[in-house]
Amino acid sequence: MTQMPPLVALVGNPNAGKSALFNALTGARQKIANYPGVTVERKSGRATFDDGQPVEMIDLPGAYSLDPDSLDEAVTRDVVWGNLEGHRRPDALVIVLDAGNLDNHLRFALELIAQGLPTVVALNMVDLAERDGLQLDAEKLARALGVPVVETVAVRRRGLAPLMAELERTLKTPRASVEPVAVSFGATNQQARDIARSVIVSETAGRQWTRRLDSVLLHPVAGVIILLALLFLMFQAVYGWSEAPIGWIESGFALLSDAITGALPDGLFRSFLTDGVIAGVGSVVVFLPQILILFLFILLLEASGYMTRAAFVMDRVMAAVGLSGHSFIPLLSSFACAIPGIMATRTIMDQKERLATILIAPLMTCSARLPVYTVIIGAFIPSVTVGPGIGLQGLVLFGLYIAGILGAMLAASVIQRFVTQSRTSSFLIEMPRYQWPRLRDIALNLWQRAWVFLRRAGTIIFAATIILWALLSFPKTPVGSGISQVEYSVAGRIADGLEPIVRPIGFNHDIALALIPAMAAREVAVSALATVYAIDAADEDAAASSLGPKLAADWSLATALAFLAWFVFAPQCISTIAVTRRETNGWKWPIFMVTYLFALAYAAAGITYWTARSFGL
Amino acid sequence: MQLDHLPLNRAAVIRAIDWDVLPDQEGHRLRSLGFEPGVTIEALHKGILIWRDPIAVRVGRMTVALRTNVAAAIDCELKP
Repeated sequence: MTQMPPLVALVGNPNAGKSALFNALTGARQKIANYPGVTVERKSGRATFDDGQPVEMIDLPGAYSLDPDSLDEAVTRDVVWGNLEGHRRPDALVIVLDAGNLDNHLRFALELIAQGLPTVVALNMVDLAERDGLQLDAEKLARALGVPVVETVAVRRRGLAPLMAELERTLKTPRASVEPVAVSFGATNQQARDIARSVIVSETAGRQWTRRLDSVLLHPVAGVIILLALLFLMFQAVYGWSEAPIGWIESGFALLSDAITGALPDGLFRSFLTDGVIAGVGSVVVFLPQILILFLFILLLEASGYMTRAAFVMDRVMAAVGLSGHSFIPLLSSFACAIPGIMATRTIMDQKERLATILIAPLMTCSARLPVYTVIIGAFIPSVTVGPGIGLQGLVLFGLYIAGILGAMLAASVIQRFVTQSRTSSFLIEMPRYQWPRLRDIALNLWQRAWVFLRRAGTIIFAATIILWALLSFPKTPVGSGISQVEYSVAGRIADGLEPIVRPIGFNHDIALALIPAMAAREVAVSALATVYAIDAADEDAAASSLGPKLAADWSLATALAFLAWFVFAPQCISTIAVTRRETNGWKWPIFMVTYLFALAYAAAGITYWTARSFGL
Repeated sequence: MQLDHLPLNRAAVIRAIDWDVLPDQEGHRLRSLGFEPGVTIEALHKGILIWRDPIAVRVGRMTVALRTNVAAAIDCELKP
């Protein structure tokens, strides 16, 4: 009989360096899933003891106490107490403490130790504490807490071996199981501060980097300018830095397509590979560089500690529409993808504010919209500069982001006033010290994001592309009839039915066709158009040229602009709707979200189209 | 003196917190962040432009951002 490896949970305050320690202990052998029944992300991984025995580690969400303020904290409590259905209780805890923040972190540690599980304390970030002029006595702390304490610097992989050795020893010490207990605040707070004071060996003023940086980054005027400049740089980078790698991917797929054309005889199978698979999947994979650049910025802002400063700077602005700085972080993540954004709303304490944030998150321009924007902008907006270092194409892209933000602000204030009827919002958040982001952690995270994206391209997008190719290829037009294949196919006939609805907002038959598979994932709109034009191409040369010029020849500028306006608002990804259903526990809010977003999209596209037409475009 | 009127960069001790005027959740979070009578705090930064809200406050060795309406419930005394 094989025995399950012991389960060890890493638990601690937010910003204690828990995830860095988890990464250091488990390396790249991580699994990301959800806790049963909730969408809180469960990160687990394997580590091994000296004797080769495996141990399963999980990284619990950061919490301030076992008396939860948020969904994240509730998951942490339920796992520690063994109350989460379908999830076993950990065999041991590793409490991660920020050495520089003992006064605040020891209270939660005392509460956790009182739970009676075998426990080891990782006194983490001792290097940062020393940098700030703080010397601690770890042995004294161990005596005061009654559990082993190991000094660690997770990001430099210091103290990992002693931590694992101590954990192994603790796990192998037999002890009676103890029932979970609730611990009251008042007594432990005082006890925590007394212990914190007693273990300090020496304390000097230190260099206080964080404070100095904050006086610039939180400056009432300079702070705002820096934040806006950072955001602008981020969006320019998404466009500018990705050009070369996109070129490499494009030529890679072109080579592949040529090789297949050369190797296979003309026929249905070749058309399936080149027009279906390569035109479809290739046109989406091409956007991997842009998505990674966007995630890179967001991860860097998060890891450096700047993200909460951005929330601080933005809090008053968000308050104007009934939200707070808390919403700023999930909304900024939604620029990468609304799904992690919606999941990040779990840290918002106020439930009405959380709901409003979920409902507007799809309006933030997610990375899946980038492929659509990029193709249309590339085809219709001339590549000229309108100022030093500012291209017109980048400016239009920036404008689309702004349109989404303004739409979200408007929606938020209407929702908070009439739907959730919330009167106040609140903002209360810990601002961690600044840190250099660790290259290894960022790289690991980026790799995970890239993998998720490629898996999507390989499954949902691949399947949607194949189905669409089939719908477009059958039935075959009678030879010599002069009717185009696209018009004659099944897809063409479905689009015929949809066309009268979207004709008033300037959409043509091809767009009506692309909108159907775009429900699965927005970026499929691009691969759908690519497939449509590839199949309909008169000859091989036309099929081989890229999508942009074909669109430019086929669409009016007014139609292109209306198409962009549609994508600013349309709720087109089924995953987002699904995650909204899970996070709000029912169909009521996702249905509300889809309805209001479709209405907005239809109106925006219509207004854009007719305005553009009236200018003669 | 209320925390929202505290001059910047001057250490002060919390005298009392009016828990009753705070919504439950905010009181709870404030406690778990270590705000209690007798604790030393220091206002470090104030929010942007004309609003000067929220306020960044040092408590222990940690920095916490809170809004002025919450800060107004915290009564403190400047250290000499």
